[in-house]
Amino acid sequence: MLHPVPTLRETPSQTAGPYVHIGMTPNFAEIRGIYDADPGLAMLTPDTVGERIEIVGRIVDGAGSPVGDAVVEIWQADAAGAFAAPMGPNSNSAPAFSGWGRQPVNGDGVFTFQTIKPGPVAGPDGKPMAPHVSLWIVARGINIGLQTRLYFADETEANAADYVLNRIADPRRRQTLIARREEGALPRYVLDIYLQGDKETVFFDV
Amino acid sequence: MSSIMLPGADGALYQRDHSWHPAANTPGYKSTTFRAPRQPLLAIGATASELTGPTFGHSMLGALDNDLIRNYSQDGTEAIGQRMIVFGQVLDENARAVPNTLVEFWQANAGGRYRHKKEGYLAALDPNFGGCGRTITDENGFYSFRTVKPGAYPWPNGGNDWRPAHIHFSVFGHAFAQRLITQMYFEGDPMIWQCPIVATVPDKAGIDQLIARLDRHNTTPMDSLAYRFDIVLRGRRSTMFENKLEGN
Ligand SMILES: [Fe+3]
Repeated sequence: MLHPVPTLRETPSQTAGPYVHIGMTPNFAEIRGIYDADPGLAMLTPDTVGERIEIVGRIVDGAGSPVGDAVVEIWQADAAGAFAAPMGPNSNSAPAFSGWGRQPVNGDGVFTFQTIKPGPVAGPDGKPMAPHVSLWIVARGINIGLQTRLYFADETEANAADYVLNRIADPRRRQTLIARREEGALPRYVLDIYLQGDKETVFFDV
Repeated sequence: MSSIMLPGADGALYQRDHSWHPAANTPGYKSTTFRAPRQPLLAIGATASELTGPTFGHSMLGALDNDLIRNYSQDGTEAIGQRMIVFGQVLDENARAVPNTLVEFWQANAGGRYRHKKEGYLAALDPNFGGCGRTITDENGFYSFRTVKPGAYPWPNGGNDWRPAHIHFSVFGHAFAQRLITQMYFEGDPMIWQCPIVATVPDKAGIDQLIARLDRHNTTPMDSLAYRFDIVLRGRRSTMFENKLEGN
């Protein structure tokens, strides 16, 4: 049997533009009454298993200004390191934890997700990757969505062995993906994302 | 430590052809200047975190989610503008349909005005037009929605730049690495070729992929025009291919 070869080309990406909130977070954009709630806003359900955490990030541009109009999506495994099974087309039973979230940043470029700490997921080499959350960032001035990951500072050993972190040649740049832990009502992991400059975040070609 | 994959979906994605997409930094579109990463992207290969992705059930959809003519109506009045159906098929690079995937869309009203607090264009708001909708593709990858044709609008880029009429699209696919945002334009619009954002797409054939075609066969007589816009997401290699590689 022959393997398939691509016969079509991917539709080119275009910027999400300055009005991305109308389409992706309409209630946040004060367009109310179309959707009950903005999708991805609430990730946790009473049945979600795992350690509740807050993820806080700030997106900064090359001039040092906050990127105040971005939308961030995250995708992560559950506490056991499993990804949510796909929902059936007519399913009414959303999983206890879908693993997907979407948040607009505020005017200071800050996004906040209330989620759970993911478990380790097997890497391509069969060894566990360190717990991580995948991020996708879109905004005006971003021509193609930026993919990166957030790792957890208190997973020192797992981070040191992580498949993806170890593909970053410059060890200093690995730090751009590692969120520091702050104590609060919920453990909070904080990561600044720099689009350009000395501290530019590592973005992926996935 | 396991991951659940879609049936037949465990092959890696084809590498993204970045020369087909806009570069990060495109000086003609000035907002990219301080927002484009300057370091090369790091190729990480595909792991379970990229090969899986969120899915959405049809039960999330409201009855009018795919009808922008009526989904923001305040008093039963329909949105003002040229009525049309936008439809198409979501496919992958192997030309296989992508079923059951969420498609979101947003646009300006018929006058070119967005319902957004940062929008300063003097064209009037339509009280009965919100500008967003969503749907989930059927088992053959098709989506459709009803709306009014958006107007062109000016934007602060070069002093007198205008966006051609367009609709923004967000598509999920079945893997987080397939996530795509793009814009749809209308066949025959001369303004497409004057737009700095369109011009970020390096290849004319790529721009052509963003242009919806008028489809007379799917018009609703005495009601709506129809435009077809197909969307192609990244495709996957088959596991067969990978086994072969190992065998060779
Ligand atoms: Fe627009």
